[in-house]
Amino acid sequence: MSTESHRPSFLQRYIFSTDHKVIGIQFLFTSLFMLLFGGLLAMLIRWQLGWPGHPLAFMEKIAPEGMPGGIMVPEYYNMLFTMHGSIMIFFAIIPLLVGVFGNYLIPLKIGAGDMAFPRLNMISYWMMPPAIAIVCAGFFLQGGAAAAGWTAYAPLSTTLGPGQVCWIVAIIVLGTSSIMGAVNYVTTIINLRAPGMSFFRLPLSIWALFITAIMVLLATPVLASALILLLLDCTAGTSFFLPAGLIIDGIAQHNSGGQVLLWQHLFWFYSHPAVYIMILPAMGIASEILPVFSRKPLFGYHSMVYAIIGIAGLGFLVWAHHMFASGMNPTLGTSFMISTMIIAVPSAIKTFNWLGTLWRGSIRLTTPMLHALGFVSMFVIGGLTGIFAAATPVDLYIHDTYFIVGHLHYVLFGGSLFGIFAGITFWFPKMFGRMLNETLGKLHFALTFAFFNAVMFPMFILGIAGMPRRIYDYTQYAHLAHVGGLNRMMSVAAFCLLASQLLFIINFFWSLFRGKPAGDNPWQANTLEWATSSPPPHGNFTVTPTVYRGPYEYSVPGHAKDWLPQHDPLPSPGGH
Amino acid sequence: MTRSRWFSSLALAVFVGIGCGSGKPPEASAKTTTAEPAAPMQLAEAPAAAAPVVAGSASVRGTVHLNGTAPKGEVVKMGADPVCQQQHATPVVTEEVVANAQGGLKNVFVYVKEGLSGSFPAPTTPVVLNQTGCWYQPHVFGIQANQPLEIVNDDATLHNINAKPTTNQPFNVAQPVKGMKTTKKFTKPEVAVHFKCNVHPWMSAYVGVVEHPFFAVSGDDGAFSISGLPAGTYVLEAWQEKYGTQTQKVTVGDGAAQTVDFTFNAQ
Amino acid sequence: MLTVVLRLAAAVTVWLAAAAAAWADATPGVRIWLPEAITTTAPEIDRLFYCVLVITGIAFVLVEATLLVFLIRYRARPGRSATYTHGNSLVEIIWTVLPACLLLVLALRSQRVWARVRGTPPTPQLEVEITAEQFAWNIRYAGADGTFNTADDITTVNQLHLPVQKTVLIRLKSKDVIHSFFVPQFRMKQDAVPGLTTHVWISATKTGHYEIACAELCGLGHYRMRGYLTIETSEAFQAWLAQTLAEQQT
Repeated sequence: MSTESHRPSFLQRYIFSTDHKVIGIQFLFTSLFMLLFGGLLAMLIRWQLGWPGHPLAFMEKIAPEGMPGGIMVPEYYNMLFTMHGSIMIFFAIIPLLVGVFGNYLIPLKIGAGDMAFPRLNMISYWMMPPAIAIVCAGFFLQGGAAAAGWTAYAPLSTTLGPGQVCWIVAIIVLGTSSIMGAVNYVTTIINLRAPGMSFFRLPLSIWALFITAIMVLLATPVLASALILLLLDCTAGTSFFLPAGLIIDGIAQHNSGGQVLLWQHLFWFYSHPAVYIMILPAMGIASEILPVFSRKPLFGYHSMVYAIIGIAGLGFLVWAHHMFASGMNPTLGTSFMISTMIIAVPSAIKTFNWLGTLWRGSIRLTTPMLHALGFVSMFVIGGLTGIFAAATPVDLYIHDTYFIVGHLHYVLFGGSLFGIFAGITFWFPKMFGRMLNETLGKLHFALTFAFFNAVMFPMFILGIAGMPRRIYDYTQYAHLAHVGGLNRMMSVAAFCLLASQLLFIINFFWSLFRGKPAGDNPWQANTLEWATSSPPPHGNFTVTPTVYRGPYEYSVPGHAKDWLPQHDPLPSPGGH
Repeated sequence: MTRSRWFSSLALAVFVGIGCGSGKPPEASAKTTTAEPAAPMQLAEAPAAAAPVVAGSASVRGTVHLNGTAPKGEVVKMGADPVCQQQHATPVVTEEVVANAQGGLKNVFVYVKEGLSGSFPAPTTPVVLNQTGCWYQPHVFGIQANQPLEIVNDDATLHNINAKPTTNQPFNVAQPVKGMKTTKKFTKPEVAVHFKCNVHPWMSAYVGVVEHPFFAVSGDDGAFSISGLPAGTYVLEAWQEKYGTQTQKVTVGDGAAQTVDFTFNAQ
Repeated sequence: MLTVVLRLAAAVTVWLAAAAAAWADATPGVRIWLPEAITTTAPEIDRLFYCVLVITGIAFVLVEATLLVFLIRYRARPGRSATYTHGNSLVEIIWTVLPACLLLVLALRSQRVWARVRGTPPTPQLEVEITAEQFAWNIRYAGADGTFNTADDITTVNQLHLPVQKTVLIRLKSKDVIHSFFVPQFRMKQDAVPGLTTHVWISATKTGHYEIACAELCGLGHYRMRGYLTIETSEAFQAWLAQTLAEQQT
C-alpha cells in the first residue's frame, strides 16, 4: 500500500495507469466492445443460415466484395464464422474472465494494495488495442480477414491471404499479454496475501483465477510456438505443417517433410486448456455468488478446490478428443476417450456442490444470483452434451456438426458469458460505487436466458440430423432440405438475443452516472473487497486487513448478523 | 420473476410462429437477383475488337494453321455436378486444341505486339465472360487494359472465378447464385491471363490484355481480322494456349489489307 | 407455492408446444432426427448414442429439477434463516463415485464399439480410393486386375457406387488441404489428410441414393463438396463399373 506523494496526471491515472483496478476496467470496456462486435458478426451468420442467398441490402455498402448486391458469397461466410469465433474467444471471453476479474479482484480479495508487478500489468493491457487493430486490419486487406476457422487448420490456413497472417500475429500478441498477466497473478497470490489469508481461506474465485493463471503459463507458450511455425509456413516457405506433393489451386507446391496433424496437436494442446481457462474463472464467480445469495457457506469448499485443480490437470490430457476423426492412430482415440470421460467427474462434483450450497439456504434472486444460476443450469447442459462427444464412436458422427456448435455455445455462452454477466452485475457496485438497476437487470437476464436457449438448443437437433458446421448453404444437401424452418426460428431468436443486450448496455451506462450510491457492502458479503470503499482508493485498503476465517461464514449460529466478514476479529464457532 | 418467465415463454412462442410461418425453405437458386439481360457487347465466340478511337484504314487478316493432327480433347466428367450435366445432352470435350478438317486452328489470340504509337483510351463498355452450362463462353478473348470485364454466372450452381495473372492483381471471387455479376479490370497488359473454376476444374478460359484495340481471336476456320490500323510496320504475335507464341512482321499502308498467316506444329 | 408451480408448468408447456411446432414444420414424413442407419456398424453407434442420451437425459432432468425445487423451497422468507453447514463428506463421496461408475460404463461401451469401427478392419471385398481436392471427390476403382493406377482403373468425380452387403475399404487421400468424408447414414466420418492415407470401412445393409458431405472446412467451395453415393446390388454395381469403364475408354 504505497503512498504516492505526487499527484498523477490524467494520462497516468486513467490511460497508462498501473493501478490494477483501472487496468481491470480498461479490459472491461475494451472486451465488452469486442463482445458486441463478435455478436454482430454472429447476426450476419444467422442471416445467411436463416435465409440462404437472400440479399441484405444495407450490407452492400459495408462489404461490397463480401456481399455484392447484398448477397453473401461463400468466402465471406467463412470469414464471418472465423472472426466470430476468434474475437469471442481471444478478444472477449478470455480478457473478460481473466483480464477483468483477475486484475480487479485478486489484490482486493487477498488484501493486497496492488499486483506484484504493476507496470507489467499495464503493458499486458496495452497489448490488447494493437492486437485488435492488427486482427481487424485483415478486413481491409485483399481477400478479407482470416477465413480458415478459429482453428486455422493447416494446410488451408497457409493458402489464404494476408488477413490470415494478421490473425496469426494478433493472437501471438494477445498470447504474450495473457502470459504477462498470468505471471502477475501467480506471483501476487503466492506472495501478497494479507496476514491470516492462508490458501484454504482464499475465496474460491481466487483459487479459480490462480489455477487458471498456471494453465495460461503452461499452455499459451505452446500456442505461440505453433503460431510462429504457422507464420513461417505462410510467409517464409517453410514446411512445418506441409507435406510433399501438395497441389494447391493447380500449382504443385515445393514443400516437403511437414506433418499436417502436427498443427492440430500443437493447437489443441493449448486450445483445450484454453476452454478450461474460459470456464474455471466463471465457476469461481458462481462459487462466490451462490453463498452470498443463499446466505450459506459454500458446500464442500475443499472438494471444490481439488476439483478445480483436477479439471486443470486433466485439462492438459484430453486435447486429442478434438481429433478423433483426424486420422491419428486409433489407440490415441481410446486413451483420450478415457481421459475425457474422467474429466467429467470433477465438473459433476462442482455442480452437485453448487446445488448443495442452495440446499436449505435463504435464497435471494438478485440479478447476480440469477446469472449465477443461469450459469449452473446451462453449464450442466454444456457438460452433459460433452459426454456424447467423449464417446468416440458417437463423436465420429457428431464431430464437425451443429451438435458440437451447440455444445460449445452452451459452455461458452451458457457457462462463461452468464458467469461474466454474474460477475459484472455483482462487482459493478464495487467498481463504480453505484448500483445497477435491478428491474432492468432481471429483465435482461430473463430475455437473454430465453432467447439464448431458443437459438442454441435446436443446434443439438440439427447436429443429430447431420447438419455439418461451417457450411455456407445447407440447402445443397437433400437430407437437410427440411431444416430451413428451424434455422429461421433460431435466427429470429438470435436477433432478439442481441437486441436484448441493449437492456444491459442501457443499464450499465445509465447506472454508471445515475445509479443509487452503493456503499461499501451492498450485498452484505464476507470477502475482503467489501471491507473497503466503493470504489476502493488507490492502494485498496487504508489499513492492511487481517484475516480470521474463511470466506463463506454466512448464517453462523449464535451470530446476530447473517454474515461474518473475513477480516472481522470476532470469534466464530466452527470456522477454519 | 414469474412474470419474466411468462414473458420469455410468450416471446419464444411468438418467434417460433414467425419461423414456422415463413413457408418452405429457400432454394439455392434464390429468386433474388434479377438476372439482367447480358449486355450484347463483345459476346461472340470470336469477339471483334472495339472500334479504335484513332481510326486508321489499314487491316491485317489471315489464317492460323495447325500442322499435323490435333490431339483429342478429354471428355469432361460433368457428372461431378448434376446442374452442369443436365445442360449437356452430349459429352463435352476440353478445348485445348480445336482445329477444323482443313487444319484451321481456333482460339488463337492475335494482336499487335510492337509498332503502335500513341495511346488508346479503354472503352467503357464491358467485355462479358459468361459461365453457361459450367463452361466459359468465350474460351479465349481479348480486352483492353482498364476496360471493364463483366463476369456473369448463368448457372444455378456455385462458380468461382479464379484469375491467375502474373503482372496484374490476381482475384478469386465466388458467385453462388444464378445471375450474379462481378466486374473486374486488368490494369497492365498481359498475354494471357488464365481463368479457372475451383468447383468445376475442367472450366478454363484465357484473356489477352493489351493496351490498344488491335487484336482478334481466330474463329472455327482459323481466320482472324484486325482492322482500323494506322499505316506502319508492326510485329504481330499469335498466342495459343498449348503451343505458345509466334511472331511475324507486317507493313501496311493506308487503305491496304495485308495477309499474315501463322502455322503451329501439332505435338 | 402452488401458483408458482402451476405458472412454471404453464411456461414449460408453452415452450414444449413451441418446440413441437418447430418439429412439425419439417416436411411431412421427414423427421429432424438421426437419419436411417444403413451399415452394419451404424446401429451399434446409434445404440451407444441412445445409451448416452438416456444417462445424460436422466442426469439433466434430475439436476435441473433439483435446482428448480431448491429455488422454490429455499427462497428467502421472513423468520427463516439458512442452515449453516460446510458440507457432508459422505454425500460428496457418493456423488463422486456414482458419476465415475456411470462414466466407466460408458467408457467401456464406447471402447467396444470403437474397436469394432476403428480397429483392424475385416478383410475387404472391395477397395475404393478417394482422393479429395478443392472441391471434388476423385473416386478410383481398381478394375478387373485388382490393382490401382493401372489402365483398367475406373475413375469418377463425385459419383461413388458401392455394392450392398459387401465389406468395402475406402482409402482417403487429399491433394491440397484437409477434407472429411462424411455420410450421415453411415454414422461415419473420416478426415482426408494431405500426406497421409486414412481408412474407413463399411458394409452397407440397404440400397439407395445418399449424399456425401465434406465435413472439414476446405475453402470457399467447402459447402458444395457434395458427392453422390449409390448403394446397389452386386450385379448392378458390376454393370455400372463396366459401363463407366467403356465410356472412359471411348
